[in-house]
Amino acid sequence: MKTFNLVITGVGGQGGVLASRVFAEAALAAGYEVRTSETIGMAQREGSVISHVRIGEKLQGALIPEGTADLLVSLELSESLKGWSKLSPQGQAVINGRTIIPPAVGLGLTQYPEEEIVAFLQSQGTRVRLFDATSAAIEAGTARATNMVMLGALSTLPNMPVSADMLWQAAERILPPRLHEVNRKAFLAGQALGACPQAAPLVS
Amino acid sequence: MSLTTETPSPRQLLMGNEAIAWGAIEAGVRVVAAYPGTPSTEVTEHIIQHAADYGIYAEWSVNEKVALETAIAASWAGARAMACMKQVGLNVASDPLMTLAYLGTKGGLVLVVADDPGPHSSQTEQDTRLFARFAKLPVLDPSTPAEAREMTKLAFELSESLKVPVILRPTTRTAHVCQDVEFSPPPRPAVPLPPLHFERDPNWAILPTLSAKKHRWLNACQKDMGRWFVEKKLNRVVPECSDADTVSVGIVTGGVSYNYVQEALANLGVSLPVYKVGGPTPLPAEDVLDYLQGKHAVFIVEEQEPVIEEQLTVAAFHRGIQIPIVGKLSGHLPREGEFNTNTVQAALRRYFAEVLPELSLPEVPTAQAGLTDIPAPPLRTPILCAGCPHRNSFYAFKKSLKGQDALFTGDIGCYTLGVMPPLRAADTIVCMGASVAMAAGFDRVEPARPHIAFLGDSTFFHSGIPPLINAVYNQARMTLVVLDNRTTAMTGHQPHPGLGWKGKQEPAPYIDIAAIAQACGVEWIRTVDPYDLPSMIAAAKEAVEYPGVSVIIARRDCISIAKRQIPHRIDDAACRRCGLCIRQFGCPALFEAPLTEEERQEGRKSGAVRIAREKCFGCGACAQVCPWDAISPEVQR
Repeated sequence: MKTFNLVITGVGGQGGVLASRVFAEAALAAGYEVRTSETIGMAQREGSVISHVRIGEKLQGALIPEGTADLLVSLELSESLKGWSKLSPQGQAVINGRTIIPPAVGLGLTQYPEEEIVAFLQSQGTRVRLFDATSAAIEAGTARATNMVMLGALSTLPNMPVSADMLWQAAERILPPRLHEVNRKAFLAGQALGACPQAAPLVS
Repeated sequence: MSLTTETPSPRQLLMGNEAIAWGAIEAGVRVVAAYPGTPSTEVTEHIIQHAADYGIYAEWSVNEKVALETAIAASWAGARAMACMKQVGLNVASDPLMTLAYLGTKGGLVLVVADDPGPHSSQTEQDTRLFARFAKLPVLDPSTPAEAREMTKLAFELSESLKVPVILRPTTRTAHVCQDVEFSPPPRPAVPLPPLHFERDPNWAILPTLSAKKHRWLNACQKDMGRWFVEKKLNRVVPECSDADTVSVGIVTGGVSYNYVQEALANLGVSLPVYKVGGPTPLPAEDVLDYLQGKHAVFIVEEQEPVIEEQLTVAAFHRGIQIPIVGKLSGHLPREGEFNTNTVQAALRRYFAEVLPELSLPEVPTAQAGLTDIPAPPLRTPILCAGCPHRNSFYAFKKSLKGQDALFTGDIGCYTLGVMPPLRAADTIVCMGASVAMAAGFDRVEPARPHIAFLGDSTFFHSGIPPLINAVYNQARMTLVVLDNRTTAMTGHQPHPGLGWKGKQEPAPYIDIAAIAQACGVEWIRTVDPYDLPSMIAAAKEAVEYPGVSVIIARRDCISIAKRQIPHRIDDAACRRCGLCIRQFGCPALFEAPLTEEERQEGRKSGAVRIAREKCFGCGACAQVCPWDAISPEVQR
């Protein structure tokens, strides 16, 4: 098969690494070769982080080249733009519309053009799914399960190499049992949102 | 995070560092010593996890020099031993390394030194292969986690067959890459393993006469190292047999760059045998020159320094081969930063157009069109976490020393992030431990200015003690703040001597930082809780007024190991939107909401201050910072 490339962006501490590992484990169980590369180290402290997940056959490097990602998942609104150049022209995107405003905005060192970003993403049509995943995770029990909401949502997209069941089974293998219930709720909420993103309108 | 055993498939997702750990366990390593550092940390973490099962002694040492010396002793007693560190850690361990190269090993001794091109999480982009050339030691350069595991085993073999220490050099994109690898843990030996015995021999004690002899021996070994790389097919042509040899240029590459070359060639539709270098130093250049026979030109693709390129250029010159050798020195590839498929593909494309104009190369995707329409996302640099006690310490000193133009020397750890606005609480950052000696050093030339050094608890044990003794002994005036968050936070919470435990939570002697400072001769020492801002501010004032060396131990658990407290909220009626909490304190849980339409009409200049509930740790510092009593803990339902 052609290599499937997934890019996950977000802010350090949002659980992007876990999301990437769950997807990778699911792909492994499905019999694919897998490569991942995540941001580990200093940038984890509130910085921009990016994970690359590649699955397929005869894989080489772990880094996804520009313009070749089949799917972009962003755990934070503006961070989606940092992974945008990786997305292929036909690629799909699943984006948490919730913002994390960096302190540099309050200091006047940078700007967070939220309305422009939302307008840009909405201009991309149906290939972009934008919804408030953080609220759904909080409703499921904890904002920390935002990554699981995103995985649930992406599992509803067409042409995914792994099924929702496989994703959840991989999550169950990785997560400690005491966290299964809350993450299951978040995953299911994500599935509902993926099928109907209008169900969770953006809030700021 | 590892896959549980119920998975039927023998293929597992292994991170490069985990693969190295398993390679070492499979090779029968008996002693592992390390100091954490990104991107090397997980090698030792995984070994500690399995140490008891395999009869391995594994420790977090206080620094890399101690780690290497520990491994040397084990090797000389006949054990297979390993020392792990990041590239700048090798600077610290370089003193024993240089002598070790002369004296050699008995049990296989492998240094895992992880390089960080980019750099992502380091103060330099230094290339360990150059360090190895300086020490005249062999390096193995893995391209993938699976290869890293195999090379770890080979490294022990090489070390024992030639009696030299061997450096395994993963880079970030090997160390932190996960790959599916066919793997199951090796059978466990009967533990404890029998003890070993160090045999006395004058060859283990360096003296000038021995050094002269050993230097000749080490030089004589160089050819053997290179030969070994070729024999073990670490350096080889890929694919070995090919009828696609119609392209008359060669490509030589190694490490992760090999992956990018192969992907770029496939994308460009060019098929040619590539020379893969797994052992870059000392380079067995003759074998590469054989590969180049009949070729018009060669392109060398390597991250970081032109190590292969320089060695090959010299060898080609000596053999009278005059084909163009291009790469970094010719300007075809950048000298700095990390590579990826795009960098390599663009360079190869330009190069092929130059030397093989007859090739027609397909267009390959770069970035999609219309990227210019994308709004600019906000700048987002890493910063101290919400609730981080370091922020409070920095803020307290800033506050206490307002108007005094105090100089803050910074150090290496999470608190390096104190340099970020709005705190701007690190005027200098050099290397582990430098903050202490530099504060004292500044005092020599600007005695009227307050000088405050900040370093963490683990860093204090790593390299903060000798400069503290130096400052006391040489009568400097300075303040040292030990930011004691009870862990080695930046690298993922490894223990250190100041905690009372080690390894996998085994009890260990507790070594008290205050008692050490006292023993170093410091006469003004105070332990303060940085969550108590008024006490911290008062202590800062007193410490700086003390006419000598003063030490504050700012002790409070890192938020990642502490229990979350009650989140705080803003009382909108009391908040005057002065922005002090955002613009001076800068906790990432605090932010200014955009102005509402109503507020705009009211003529408001700034939006309401908000606390991101899911981020707030509940430390309460912002409530102490707020002059209007507008911040308080949420009422618990």
